Amino acid sequence: MATSSYGKLITEGLWSNNQALVALLGLCPLLAVTNTAVNGLGLGIATLVVITLSNATVSIIRNWVRPEVRLPVFVLVIASFVTAVELSMNAWFYELYKILGIFIPLIVTNCAIIGRAEAFASKNSLGRSLVDGVAMGLGFTLALTVLGAMREIIGLGTLFAQADLMFGDIASGMTLRLGDDFKGMLLAILPPGAFIGLGFMIALKNIIDKRLTKTRQAEALPTAGTEPAAG
Amino acid sequence: MIKHPVMLAGIVLFLFAVAGAGLVALVHQQTEARIIANERLALLKQLNALVPAQSIDNDIVSDITTVSAPDRLGAKETQVYLGRKDGKPVAAVFTSIVPDGYSGPIKLLVAVRVDGSLGGVRVISHKETPGLGDKVEERKSDWIYSFDNKSLVNPPSAQWKVKRDGGVFDQFTGATVTPRSIVHAVKNTLIYFRDRGGSLFQKPGT
Repeated sequence: MATSSYGKLITEGLWSNNQALVALLGLCPLLAVTNTAVNGLGLGIATLVVITLSNATVSIIRNWVRPEVRLPVFVLVIASFVTAVELSMNAWFYELYKILGIFIPLIVTNCAIIGRAEAFASKNSLGRSLVDGVAMGLGFTLALTVLGAMREIIGLGTLFAQADLMFGDIASGMTLRLGDDFKGMLLAILPPGAFIGLGFMIALKNIIDKRLTKTRQAEALPTAGTEPAAG
Repeated sequence: MIKHPVMLAGIVLFLFAVAGAGLVALVHQQTEARIIANERLALLKQLNALVPAQSIDNDIVSDITTVSAPDRLGAKETQVYLGRKDGKPVAAVFTSIVPDGYSGPIKLLVAVRVDGSLGGVRVISHKETPGLGDKVEERKSDWIYSFDNKSLVNPPSAQWKVKRDGGVFDQFTGATVTPRSIVHAVKNTLIYFRDRGGSLFQKPGT
C-alpha cells in the first residue's frame, strides 16, 4: 500500500474503496441526512474538512505518539476539529446548521474518519495522507449527495431545493422542479427510503465494476493470445 | 521518572488535550459574536413575519416576559415577546406548545394583537409525519396562514375546530390529528390572552 501512487489513492477514495459504498462506514449520517441533495452535500463537505484535517494532523504526529495512547489521541484530534467545524458552520451557514443539527457533532463517531487515521494516516507521509483524506472525503460527499438527490427527486419531486442555504441568494434559482403534478413518493424521504436507495447505489456500483472487469478481460485475452506467437 | 512509558504516554495525551481545547476555545472566541447575531436575526425575522417591523418601535427580541399557564399555553413556562409602539402595547407573541401532536409536542409562535385578533401563527418545530402532518409548515403549504386575522369571535368560539369536527379550519387528507391539536392550542392561547393579556405588558417596576 505504501507504494501506491497518488492517482491510485484518489481512485480508491472516490470509487474502489469508497467509504460509504464499499467500506459501508459512516452509515448513521449517510442514512439520516440524505433526504435532500443539499443536506447530503452540506454534511459531506463538513466530513471532508474534518477527515482532511485529521488525516494531516495524525500524519504529522505519527512518529511521536506512543502506540498505547494512539487511539485516544486520534479521538481528541477528531473531536477538536469537529467542534471547530460545528462552530464555524453555526456562524457562517446558520440555516444549514439548523437543518443538519445533531449530525454535525455526530461526525465524531463517523468510523470512516478514525478508520483512515488508524489505517492510513498513521503510517504514511503528510502529502499522501492529505490526498487520501481529500479523496476519501470527496467519495463520501459524492455518495451522500447522489443518495440525497435520488431521494429528493423521488420523494419530493425537486432537486437542489434550498441550495441558497449553502451558496447564498445566487443559488435560490438553482432548484429544479419536476412539474407541479408530481407530489413525490413519500417512502423515499422516510428512513426506509434511505436503506433502499443505498442498496440500489451499491448494486449499481457492483454492476459497473463487473462490466469493467469483463471489458478488461476481453481486452486482455487477445493480447495474451498473440504474445506466445510473437515470442 | 519521565522515561517511564506510561508517564510519557500520559504527557503526550495531556498535550493533545490542551492543544485540542485551545483550538476549540480559539474558534469559539472567533465565532461567538456571529452566532449570537445569527440567532437573534433568525428570531427577529420570524417575529417580524407575524408582527410587522413598522408596527412596533421597541426591541421585540429583548422585550420578553415569562408566564406560567400549562393548561392554556402547554408548558410550565412560556416566553412571550412583546411588541410596543410609543410605549403602547401592539401585539404579544406566545411561544405556545401543542402538547398533543401526532408524534410529540409541536412548538408554535402565536402572535396576538391587542384587539384579540391573530397576527399569525407559525410552527417552529415538530416531529409530524413527512408528507402528511408536516403540511403545517409554512414552506410546505398555506394552511398555517388560515389563522391570520382570526379571533375568538371570528369564527365564533364553537367553530374553532377542523372541518371534520364541524369547524372552519381545513384538515389534511390522512392527517387530522395534527391540525386539530394546533387549532385547539391556538384557541387556548387566544383565551389566555383574553383573560390575562392586559397584565402581560406591565413592565416590572414601572
